[in-house]
Amino acid sequence: MTNEPNQTAEEMSFDELPDAPPRRRIRYSWAGKLGMAVVIFWAIIVVMGPWLAPYHEADFLDEALFVVPGSDNPYPATDFQPPSRVAYLGTDYLGRDILSRILYGARTTIGISLLSTLLAYLVGVTLGIAAAVGGTVLDSALSRVNDAILSMPTIMLGLVVISAIGNTIPILIVLTGLIYASSVFRIARAFGLDIMVSDFVEAARVRGEGLWWIISREVLPNMIMPMATDFGLRFVYIILFISSLSFLGLGVQPPQSDWGSMVRENLAGLPYGAIAPLVPALAIATLTIAINMIVDDVSAHSGGKLAKRMI
Amino acid sequence: MSPLLEVDDLRIHAQTDEGAQVPIVKGVSFALNRGEVVALIGESGSGKTTIALSALGYTKPGLEFGGGEVRLDGRDIVSMGAEEKRALRGQQVAYLAQSAAASFNPALTIGEQVTESTVMRGLMDQEAANQRAMELYRALELPDPELLGRRYPHQVSGGQLQRLMAAMALCGKPDLLVLDEPTTALDVTTQIEVLKAFKSVIQQEGSAALYVTHDLSVVAQIADYIVVLYSGEIQEYGPVDEILNRPTHAYTQRLMAAVRPPPAAGQGDEGTGEHRRDVPAIEVRNLTAGYGGKGGSKAIKVLQDINVTIERGHSVGVIGESGCGKSTLARVISGLLPAMEGEVLLDGEPLAPGLRKRNREELQKIQFVFQMADTALNPKHRIDSILGRPLEFYLSPGRREKAKRVADLLQMVELPTDFSVRYPEELSGGQKQRINLARALSASPEVLLCDEVISALDSIVGANVIELLKRLRKRTGVTFVFISHDLSTVASFADDIVVLYAGRVVEQGPTDHVLSPPYHPYTRLLISSVPELRVGWLEETMETREAKAGIDRVVELTEVGCPFFSRCPLAIPGTCDNLTPPIRDLGSRHKIECHRSLEEFRGEA
Repeated sequence: MTNEPNQTAEEMSFDELPDAPPRRRIRYSWAGKLGMAVVIFWAIIVVMGPWLAPYHEADFLDEALFVVPGSDNPYPATDFQPPSRVAYLGTDYLGRDILSRILYGARTTIGISLLSTLLAYLVGVTLGIAAAVGGTVLDSALSRVNDAILSMPTIMLGLVVISAIGNTIPILIVLTGLIYASSVFRIARAFGLDIMVSDFVEAARVRGEGLWWIISREVLPNMIMPMATDFGLRFVYIILFISSLSFLGLGVQPPQSDWGSMVRENLAGLPYGAIAPLVPALAIATLTIAINMIVDDVSAHSGGKLAKRMI
Repeated sequence: MSPLLEVDDLRIHAQTDEGAQVPIVKGVSFALNRGEVVALIGESGSGKTTIALSALGYTKPGLEFGGGEVRLDGRDIVSMGAEEKRALRGQQVAYLAQSAAASFNPALTIGEQVTESTVMRGLMDQEAANQRAMELYRALELPDPELLGRRYPHQVSGGQLQRLMAAMALCGKPDLLVLDEPTTALDVTTQIEVLKAFKSVIQQEGSAALYVTHDLSVVAQIADYIVVLYSGEIQEYGPVDEILNRPTHAYTQRLMAAVRPPPAAGQGDEGTGEHRRDVPAIEVRNLTAGYGGKGGSKAIKVLQDINVTIERGHSVGVIGESGCGKSTLARVISGLLPAMEGEVLLDGEPLAPGLRKRNREELQKIQFVFQMADTALNPKHRIDSILGRPLEFYLSPGRREKAKRVADLLQMVELPTDFSVRYPEELSGGQKQRINLARALSASPEVLLCDEVISALDSIVGANVIELLKRLRKRTGVTFVFISHDLSTVASFADDIVVLYAGRVVEQGPTDHVLSPPYHPYTRLLISSVPELRVGWLEETMETREAKAGIDRVVELTEVGCPFFSRCPLAIPGTCDNLTPPIRDLGSRHKIECHRSLEEFRGEA
């Protein structure tokens, strides 16, 4: 800190001391950077998957491909084959190429999850802010309905609704979005209430600003960083939720591939030591853990992490 | 005998994100003997708290020790292991934080919390610790020492809670007490009560203390030695008498200059007169306001039937302890809180009680400056949009005109114009407060309501802001309503003073009249509670009749009689507690609300 001469005469020799230097940019730890790399990798797969895949997701590989030269068996088994030149990650219980199904499935799994998360945020944040600014009656009404939804186990709720109205992909997205909107609502309402009573909102109110300006310019910008943390976690939960539904046979329907249903379909291979159920499980794990590692850095930036050391 | 605490060439630095080291404490050395109080004094950012915490072997996250030693009883704390430090804290060294309200757990009784760490460390059993706590309550002059331990934190006053913090720290009989700004957030009357208790308990216990503060007049009351810090370096170090009477260093002299003189007649800023007109800028008539009252809940009237006139171009100081309704008055005038009864007139025209019913012109004329610049500026907006928005909203200038106005405003509050591209968090506390003021000024208001705008600032920074306010007043002719609990601040700035007590105006009039006899007894208490920059002031003040009657009491709202009855040295039992006091007009707008007659006041004076 240098004692630069200030513009006023009386502050000539001793300048006002500045506060701690600001931290504007997020700093990623090595774990965060690794997480970024993995997420970018999967993002590329989502875009390019079908072009990279050696086969179509629904293709049964021809027996001829698996004939060992010199062998006299012209009809070898094609299911649960170990990795080979023909299928780099082996084949599944119907003899389909696992690599291709993972590449196609990335688009389904991540796409559905992302759309559901966005829908959950659209609904949750809108209603959350409405509850925060709308007065006690609206707030209690929305909160009680929300409590009712929250009190039901998500997977059971999903099962009931799907068995009642069927399971197309749009239904899956809307259903998941609405189920998870309830937890987003809670957080958005809490942040909204907090920010609505802050001095800068009061300053805007006393200036005569309208409600829309206050929400869009004062409240929302201050919600983005803390809610970004939640967005990442919510996305992970939704991937797991969609995967669980598919695992139970109620999510994405065959022959379309999806990571969750791939785990279920290939469970029978476990006793034979086939890697077929492990590959999609690993895909889910890498993506969700990678997102978590990024979220850790984001929340540390917005002050959510405990102090690094206590002593 | 070797000193209890020796700080020897202590260096502490911060690690920035880029990996560079920023020195925070740059080679500080001083010593502290048993039974002595050493004050660390400096502005925020001077490293005073960092040094004080090093006596516990602690640095805040992000900081690390960079060299030197802190020896307690000859043992270096800095190089100790975590377990050794743990054994030391609370046992040999105890820490007393700034805010007692934030440090107590509302769900546990006071006794449990005061004795907890002592019992947990096995220094005493619960029985002995309770006994010890009771002795301390007595030494700290807390009411009901036998039963106090069974009460909960919300059942005692703020000043009592602050003293209970001291009991908590002293319970394990530590050798050294570290006090971090323990009276900064308190009202003057509460500050006296806490200071006095601290001083006597430190003397009785014979423990040494490290006292961190930015307020020289507090230091004068309690410390034996002063260490003056600026930017992590010692500027001056010596006995209290010497530093207060013969400061040699330029920075110490600046600190001394920032101490406002005790309030007295003749300090008020003279209104220029050129902006005056016949109609007062703001007139508050028979106003009653408060909270609750909806849906069957009991209404709490924070302001009761008050009348205040604010002349155009004047600056009016509104003064009183916390809980007296000062901020409520400002909120009613601004429209944030609709009044229950009565009305507010702007330029002689009645204003709608609520914000929504007021038109844009009325909103523009009254601007509000919030107390905490930290929270009043949206951290996500740049300075140019913070200052530009009111311009846009009320005056809708063109883009170039707006940029020019923003630059003008920054110049007006004496900040460099390139600050317009910064974010609030990139400014210091005083600079943020200047932006806060500039935002209110950008609406070209007629009346500026300033709610405790310098209370959260250090003495030097605060003094600079006061100077700025005076210049702004001369330049713009804006009417200032200046709310503060610090009478010396108000006295140096206001033409008129309004003294509020428990929702009533007990005295109002021109500054010189209010600050000279005859006084309302409450005004007198407030005046005598402002600490003076000399050793021995505390003891003298505690002997006065006002202090004996009025210190260590809380503000209570009453529906009948005079609310000040329970604290008043001149109270007339039977009259004051039953009848609403009459307003006595002393001429030249000076009014006192009291049962005592003018003659009696004159006799008192």
